[in-house]
Amino acid sequence: MAQEIRAEMVANVWKVVVTEGDTVADGDTLVILESMKMEIPVVTEVSGTVSALHVAEGDVVQEGDVIAVIG
Amino acid sequence: MFESVLVANRGEIARRIQRTVQRMGLRSVTVYSEADAELPFVTEADDAVLLGPAPPAQSYRNIDAVLEAARRSSVDAVHPGYGFLAEDPTFARRVVEAGLVWIGPPADAIEQMGDKIRARNLVAAAGVPVSRGTESPVADVAAALVAGREIGFPVMVKASAGGGGMGMAVAADEPALEAEYERVRAFAQRTFGDPAVLLERFFPRVRHVEVQVLGLPDGRVVALGERDCSVQRRNQKLVEETPSPAVGAQLRAQMFRAAVDAAAAVGYRGAGTVECLLDTQSGQFVFLEMNTRLQVEHPITEMVTGLDLVEQQLLVAAGEAVSFDPDRVIPHGHAIEMRVNAEDPRRFFPGPGAIAVWEEPSGPGIRVDAGYRAGNVVTPHYDSLMAKLVVHGADRAEALERARGALAGFRVEGPRCNLPFFTELLDHAEFVSGDYDTGLVARMRG
Repeated sequence: MAQEIRAEMVANVWKVVVTEGDTVADGDTLVILESMKMEIPVVTEVSGTVSALHVAEGDVVQEGDVIAVIG
Repeated sequence: MFESVLVANRGEIARRIQRTVQRMGLRSVTVYSEADAELPFVTEADDAVLLGPAPPAQSYRNIDAVLEAARRSSVDAVHPGYGFLAEDPTFARRVVEAGLVWIGPPADAIEQMGDKIRARNLVAAAGVPVSRGTESPVADVAAALVAGREIGFPVMVKASAGGGGMGMAVAADEPALEAEYERVRAFAQRTFGDPAVLLERFFPRVRHVEVQVLGLPDGRVVALGERDCSVQRRNQKLVEETPSPAVGAQLRAQMFRAAVDAAAAVGYRGAGTVECLLDTQSGQFVFLEMNTRLQVEHPITEMVTGLDLVEQQLLVAAGEAVSFDPDRVIPHGHAIEMRVNAEDPRRFFPGPGAIAVWEEPSGPGIRVDAGYRAGNVVTPHYDSLMAKLVVHGADRAEALERARGALAGFRVEGPRCNLPFFTELLDHAEFVSGDYDTGLVARMRG
């Protein structure tokens, strides 16, 4: 089942660690956000394939935005 | 003594430094970015100079702009606060070259302590205990295994370019080290563009204890007390207390000696902090790093010693005698600091915003160092620290009780705020017992 990974705060996308098609495991970092001088890794809590990646480095995400879909 | 000071910083620390500067009868000039024009540190300054747009590279980290502001406002001295340019030896040198007094340690001392591996080797040579670890990146898995056996398990596998807890993994044995070495290396390459991996000894239950030192104009270095900073999230401090519940008289004397030796090894002057890790099982401590500046959590040392550390910094920078007898510093009672951040109390994610309500507690033993007031906006450009709530009591129990009362009187609405975390912490059995370590917050959040 596809799982959407969403941003939990307004932030800049500092690093994108995965690419579409990558296989990821529970606990892997997908992207790293930056806000208020803090780098916050966004990790997946499910294992699977990155079926969609909606952000690029330098993007600004709002709270609730979908960052990636793990299918 | 000089007559005017430029504070090259922002928020709570700029305001706190300014208060001492003005109390001493000196003129306080501040610099600020476009994002900070309404904040108290700007409106309360005797003079304020706009540096530029909000991004730090164009404002608070812009050496040319800061020096131009100092020239235009004809100040005599520069205080860097913490963060931004405080530990940049180039800035320290440029301040002195501009004919101004630098309120900080010599640039060479900043430089020597700024290179973490060099600093470790340097203080080890001065007889200060250091942790075992590789001194340069590990070339391959085979080299990692050799280093792991030498250091002793468990080991921490760490991306050299990492930080904030990212690119770190613990390996309990050799098979785990083989796996984690490859994992961390791949992560570091992908994330930081640098695959370099270091290994160091991992202590499962450790406290972060640091010693406040002050290098006097005559070259003597004195220790003014320790601070326990073991309440951390993402390797960043949330709460600090002094004295440390884990440090007895004998250990304290050893730590003070080590801190003084470490500072003296680089010819230290002014206020600085020697950070150590204390292994709760063995009672052994090792040098972590030296912060060559005023520390965020310096107020708890001020609460128990009665000293104004910023005043001592100014006196030392001016080459004058400090305001106290360095041989007779007797701490009284117990002090606790809580960092009031614009972040949620569950997962500690930052959330800037406009401050609709800001009500500070007051009363005996309560001090609030705040960077904001009602109507201000906490912007995403800088760190999330809004204020420091500091309490003092005759003993730890009274300090905890005062902290509970102070928290009940602190109201912040608008940005996300971590105040409810402290309420929870102050009733948490492990914290209340004093027998906690740097894993406490992670355990509270399961």
